[in-house]
Amino acid sequence: MASMFLLVGFGQSWSISLSILNMCIISAIMSMGINIQWGYAGIFNVGIMGFTALGGLAAVLVSYSPVGEAWRVGGIGMIVSLFLLITTIVAVFFLNRVFRHSSYKYWIIGLTIIIGLILINLFFRPAVQAIEDVNPAVTGFLGGLGLPIIFSWIVGGLFAAGVAFVIGKITLGLRSDYLAIATLGISEIIIAVLKHEDWLSRGVKNVIGLKRPVPYEIDLQKTDWFISLISYLNSSKLGKISDSLESEKLLNQLVIEGSSIFVKLSYMILFTIVLLFILYLANKAQISPWGRMMRAIRDNETSANAMGKDVVKRHLQVFVIGSAVVGIAGAMLITQNGLFTPSSFLPLRYTFLIWVMVIVGGSGNNVGAILGGFVIWFVWIEAAPASQYLIEILTIALNDENEFKLHLIDSVPYFRYLIMGSVLLLIMRYRPKGILPEKVRHS
Amino acid sequence: MVDLINAFVVLLNYIFIPALSYGSQLALGALGVSFIYAILRFANFSHGDLMSFGAMMTILFTWLFQSYGISLGFLPTAILALPLAIIATILFSILTDRFVFRHYRIKKSTPVVLAMVSIGVMFVIQAIVRIIIGPDDRQFFDGQKFIMKAKQFKEITGLNEGLAIKSTQVITILATIVLVSLLFWFLQRTRTGKSMRAFSDNEDLALLSGINPDKVVFITWLIVGALATVAGTLYGLDKSFKPFTYLGLVLPIFASAIVGGIGSPIGAVVGGYVIAFSEIMVTYAYKKFFIYLLPQSLEPTGLVQLLSTDYKFAVSFSILVIVLLIRPSGIFKGRTL
Repeated sequence: MASMFLLVGFGQSWSISLSILNMCIISAIMSMGINIQWGYAGIFNVGIMGFTALGGLAAVLVSYSPVGEAWRVGGIGMIVSLFLLITTIVAVFFLNRVFRHSSYKYWIIGLTIIIGLILINLFFRPAVQAIEDVNPAVTGFLGGLGLPIIFSWIVGGLFAAGVAFVIGKITLGLRSDYLAIATLGISEIIIAVLKHEDWLSRGVKNVIGLKRPVPYEIDLQKTDWFISLISYLNSSKLGKISDSLESEKLLNQLVIEGSSIFVKLSYMILFTIVLLFILYLANKAQISPWGRMMRAIRDNETSANAMGKDVVKRHLQVFVIGSAVVGIAGAMLITQNGLFTPSSFLPLRYTFLIWVMVIVGGSGNNVGAILGGFVIWFVWIEAAPASQYLIEILTIALNDENEFKLHLIDSVPYFRYLIMGSVLLLIMRYRPKGILPEKVRHS
Repeated sequence: MVDLINAFVVLLNYIFIPALSYGSQLALGALGVSFIYAILRFANFSHGDLMSFGAMMTILFTWLFQSYGISLGFLPTAILALPLAIIATILFSILTDRFVFRHYRIKKSTPVVLAMVSIGVMFVIQAIVRIIIGPDDRQFFDGQKFIMKAKQFKEITGLNEGLAIKSTQVITILATIVLVSLLFWFLQRTRTGKSMRAFSDNEDLALLSGINPDKVVFITWLIVGALATVAGTLYGLDKSFKPFTYLGLVLPIFASAIVGGIGSPIGAVVGGYVIAFSEIMVTYAYKKFFIYLLPQSLEPTGLVQLLSTDYKFAVSFSILVIVLLIRPSGIFKGRTL
């Protein structure tokens, strides 16, 4: 795998190689999160995209500086509607308890929800209008807390865990495919909310210019220690040039290249720390009594239940933990991108690709999940140029105007889907345990 | 009195007719999902894309016919192309079964593994559709667009509000009625249909009674392929054909199947209409309706819209959640045909 990155580094550029590597690390964390759900407990989550986007939302809400004007005009309305929302939810739970045996239960609860929604709307709509009217070209939303963005990694995990708890509470314990469909639905809804609730996340107008946990390239290029570091690293190259003006020019160029590599390296170090930390915890959990219990539940639910294990509760636990890991990865992804674009969240890219990673890597094996993340992301990125190259070789006999050839070249991006789908099917058929199968220790 | 009729026509025009045709499309899709679920016992996530494959086949055959100058006059040429497309889609789905799903059926894998495999199939079908026809929007409707135009209706009745009936809507509803009745006749009256019901009810017992499982599976794919092609084509005719929209249909289709009771054909049809009507009723802006009904002093200022149309998904999802909470087996107790 490492040689692949070296190959890209020498062949294309180090900057590209490093950004692929960073995305690989993020994908690896996501696939570890899904591996916790699927590999440990056999839970089928098709809403990875939604949990990723929640992590991204956390990055915006934590790091963006608050928009004072928006808070002034709409803050009170928002707080009142939030309060009313919580009151409604509490009331529904309370009524559900009180009228447990009444035949009017559903009518009473339904009525409460409708009254609650009407009341919320009274405060919510004007507040939204006011907030979105505040300088819509630049802000038009409430902004965030203005904290360092690194906190959002934790908050993103918490957001995802919260949503996972609600979904899990409703669907776990029912048939296993219901959870899959429910997660599919909730992820679409999360994306719809992020796209259309402008007061929260600016919707399709995107949030750009998020803060960074690492220095900016522009600042680096002006720092003395960085320039001297670059000139030290390249002293042999610079020494060959006698003309001082020429060497100044070369140094300048090297500094610009170096700064972008430096930034990506710093991201890589941060991401690797998170990756290793989660890997350590996940492995620890897997070999602990808890992990063995999860495996028992996965392999034979009925007998685990008979042994007194609360299957539904354990499933809920593992579903929440796995989703939190995905949320963390989502926050990291947005941190690295520096911008939040809700319309870029596509199920194929963020849900199904992660599944391919888990299955290929080896479900139940954390190192396998990481390997899958690396390999599949790499293939995903490099599949387009590779298939273009292949098509050009195969159609070399046809002339350039040939319609069939042009059509094939147009559809190059979709060969990636074909490759991914075939990889998934082939692995599931011929190597269902993945590249690195799960290691079961009998003790 | 005239106001009342006007208000009624508004509801008919903007809610009832669109919901009826959308519901029929969902019902056909949900029937396919339900069949797979009842016989092969897994949630087939690739069904939406099988629909898009079927619609693509129809489009290709339509283009072929159009290039020969064959058309059906005021009816869309797609109807002529439909039988060929159905055959192509059935062939395709039987091939996927032979090369992909059969292996797991013989191995008796858990439903979750099969669902995962169906995601792989979904990837592949999406790629095939996009490679063959491209990701763009395709209009393949020809023939007469409206059976009744809003203007004609106004002239005939002298009302303020028009009632437009698109021919695609009528075709959709008629096709659904025909297909669904054929299907029920098949399941209730024919020997093969009865053996399918038996298979779905109790596999072991059915095998003991000498029912050939391969034949049952084959017939299932025949029905599913046909249903998917018709549903996909009707959806494409009514809206327009865009490959990526079919992935979005998966959620309402599954919601319909589950709400009606997954595995139950009546449930799938009812569920389709429940989902379609609630989706359109919740996201429709009732302003015009109330203007006719209420006196001028009470006229609403806003749009009187419960939820913006962007949250269509939220409606089918909420219904799904409510059903799962209150009655997890669906309206009609699901599980068998």
